[in-house]
Amino acid sequence: MRAERNRRRFWAGAAALAVTLLALSPPSLRAASKLRVVTTIEDLAALTREIAGDRARVEAIARGYQNPHYVQAKPSFILKLNRADLLILVGLQLEIGWLPPLITQSRNPRVQIHAPGYLDVSQHAEILEIPRVQITRAMGDVHPLGNPHYWLDPENGRRIARAILAKLTELRPDDADYFQQRFEDFSRRLSEAEKRWDERMAPYRGRKVVTYHNSWPNFVHRFGLQVVGYVEPKPGIPPTPRHTLALINYMRANNIKLILVEPYFDLKTPRAVARRTGAEVVVLLPSVGGEKEITGYFKLFDYDVDLLRKAFDRTQP
Amino acid sequence: MRRLPMCPRFFALQNSRRFTPVIVCLLFLFSPTILPAQNTPDEQEARLQALEERLRALEAELAALKAAREAPAPTQPPPTPAAPTVVQAPAGAPRGPSGPLPVYGGVTALTKIFNPDIGIVGNFVGAAGRNRVNPRPSLSLQESEVSLQAIVDPFARADFFLAIGEEGIEVEEGYITFPTVPGGFLVKVGKMRAAFGRQNEWHNHSLPWVDRPLVAFNLLGGDLDEPDTGIKDAGLSASRLLPAPGNLFLEATAQIFRGDSGTLFQSSQRSDTAVVGRLRAFQDLTESTNVEVGGSYARGHNDFGTDFVTQLFGFDATVRWKPLRGRPYRSFISRTELTWSRRQEPLGTERAFGYFTSLEYQLARRWFAGGRYDWSERGRNAAEHDSSGSLLLTFWPSEFSAIRGQLRRTRFAEGTTANEFLFQFLFTLGAHGAHPF
Repeated sequence: MRAERNRRRFWAGAAALAVTLLALSPPSLRAASKLRVVTTIEDLAALTREIAGDRARVEAIARGYQNPHYVQAKPSFILKLNRADLLILVGLQLEIGWLPPLITQSRNPRVQIHAPGYLDVSQHAEILEIPRVQITRAMGDVHPLGNPHYWLDPENGRRIARAILAKLTELRPDDADYFQQRFEDFSRRLSEAEKRWDERMAPYRGRKVVTYHNSWPNFVHRFGLQVVGYVEPKPGIPPTPRHTLALINYMRANNIKLILVEPYFDLKTPRAVARRTGAEVVVLLPSVGGEKEITGYFKLFDYDVDLLRKAFDRTQP
Repeated sequence: MRRLPMCPRFFALQNSRRFTPVIVCLLFLFSPTILPAQNTPDEQEARLQALEERLRALEAELAALKAAREAPAPTQPPPTPAAPTVVQAPAGAPRGPSGPLPVYGGVTALTKIFNPDIGIVGNFVGAAGRNRVNPRPSLSLQESEVSLQAIVDPFARADFFLAIGEEGIEVEEGYITFPTVPGGFLVKVGKMRAAFGRQNEWHNHSLPWVDRPLVAFNLLGGDLDEPDTGIKDAGLSASRLLPAPGNLFLEATAQIFRGDSGTLFQSSQRSDTAVVGRLRAFQDLTESTNVEVGGSYARGHNDFGTDFVTQLFGFDATVRWKPLRGRPYRSFISRTELTWSRRQEPLGTERAFGYFTSLEYQLARRWFAGGRYDWSERGRNAAEHDSSGSLLLTFWPSEFSAIRGQLRRTRFAEGTTANEFLFQFLFTLGAHGAHPF
């Protein structure tokens, strides 16, 4: 008797739940005209805005002052992905700790891996530091597919923008001319800016610097700087006393006067090293949005180039 | 002179070069390559393939040797960390996993690309101190969890978690996920940990403590003696997002299971299924602070038979704080879970309640301190209750290993008190999994 009643109750409850879920089914959350684009980092959002103009609403998940390796996979990001028409990511395992579960839980077929609304721009950029020998985690948290901080070469910025142009054109063929014209305009402005940045950095070619994390290979490659050491003993491993001491000795012996630190690392060790070597610590920004005034891709390089020039002039005139 | 049957005409020639054709014929006759001519086309094909494979293996080996010779020795100044030897890939060039893949048994190495991501987590637990009620072994490799995860096809992905304990192997979870079902549903089918509260879904190695809280044993499991607890069973799960104002995240989950879960639920007949439902809400309060609350319900038949049902009601709340700038290595998490149990027994319904509350504070980049308080009545006898308090310290040498110590004082319903020191080593090999949230 009781079993029968229980069973009936259970099925009634299950039916009620199913009906409720279906009734609460939201109307299509996609705006009819504007494309909704979600990017993993601010730099990709900035590049997308350059091409998409007013035809898309672009949002980034990680903030520009945040370490893109360690983003919390918050459910609020699931909401963003749920409504997106296009997801643009850095790839090369930069987002491996947080993006896969967000994509799976997004309930959005458009942005699943290799769906039309999934764009991994690393496929279109020049990638440095692709390991050719057997790598192990004894090397720290190395990226087996190459260094993912590749957006810090403006030439890669152009390549990324071209990939975004192709994807936007594919998703919104009616706006193809608009996107194309915006890309050409962007590309022209980028060429002008590149000339400016190259000229400004030319006097400092060959200068040696130390950075906290290995975030700058594309940037230094482009502007002819040399990274000769890292504050981290290995990628992802915090500074150890022995390594710090070796770094201090090396910097003294080689007269290295600049330590570049990303905004999301502790300044304690870099400052201690700087005090003992007469060097200067500079917080260089790897991403758009790292400071309030860095609102676009051009401003990021303007800011970093300016900061570096001043720092070089102060430390090694 | 006996004529060779295959070249009669050559012997008719009586010139100075008469022996050359003989040699050619002989060579043909005894050459092993001529033998397959008698074989079927299938066998030829197979042989050809085998040869091709051998060639490919040799080529791969050659490439590996070349790469090894070309790669310069890592001669770097002492402060420079090991940036692996690098090459530049031209823009737009197709890139798979670079570098030579190992070749085993001559099978083409490319077949490995579709192997699932494999990870293994070792969970070594030690205990010191006296505990007369449920003592743990002094030292044990409590669990080795193998994870196998991959995308199945364009429509699904699958995850397997095999827990190898000291007494055997168990499929901790093994399910297929369909992330793109029409109607916005996320559907999972297989064996899984049920979505009842928060801690029930976590695997042992992803807990922020060495042990599970008492309520997990007393109400969600059978009793204190079970090595592993919680609702995990074979079944189906469907969840979807619900429309909500602003940026409120609202998710409903409904699950149906066979009805066998440790000593909590027991299915005596096919219709004795268990159901679990959960509604959770998440809201960002600021960029660095967020709050998550959830309500859960579970219902299944218990060990008294089909006519006896155990129902669980749960409420959980999590508050997180993690500043994105300014103080990079500080964070704080507070978790609380309350559980009510209604267990039908022949002499009436046993009503029990239990909860735990825990705090975790990040002191430095790799150091976390925490505390937990648990209090729980026993599901089979609500007149008895246990309580415990713990202090924890965790050090993460890297993302892939952790060392944890836990001081725990437990007051058991039997009237005894146990003061213990638990310690744990966690180590991860292989695939880089998602960071827990």
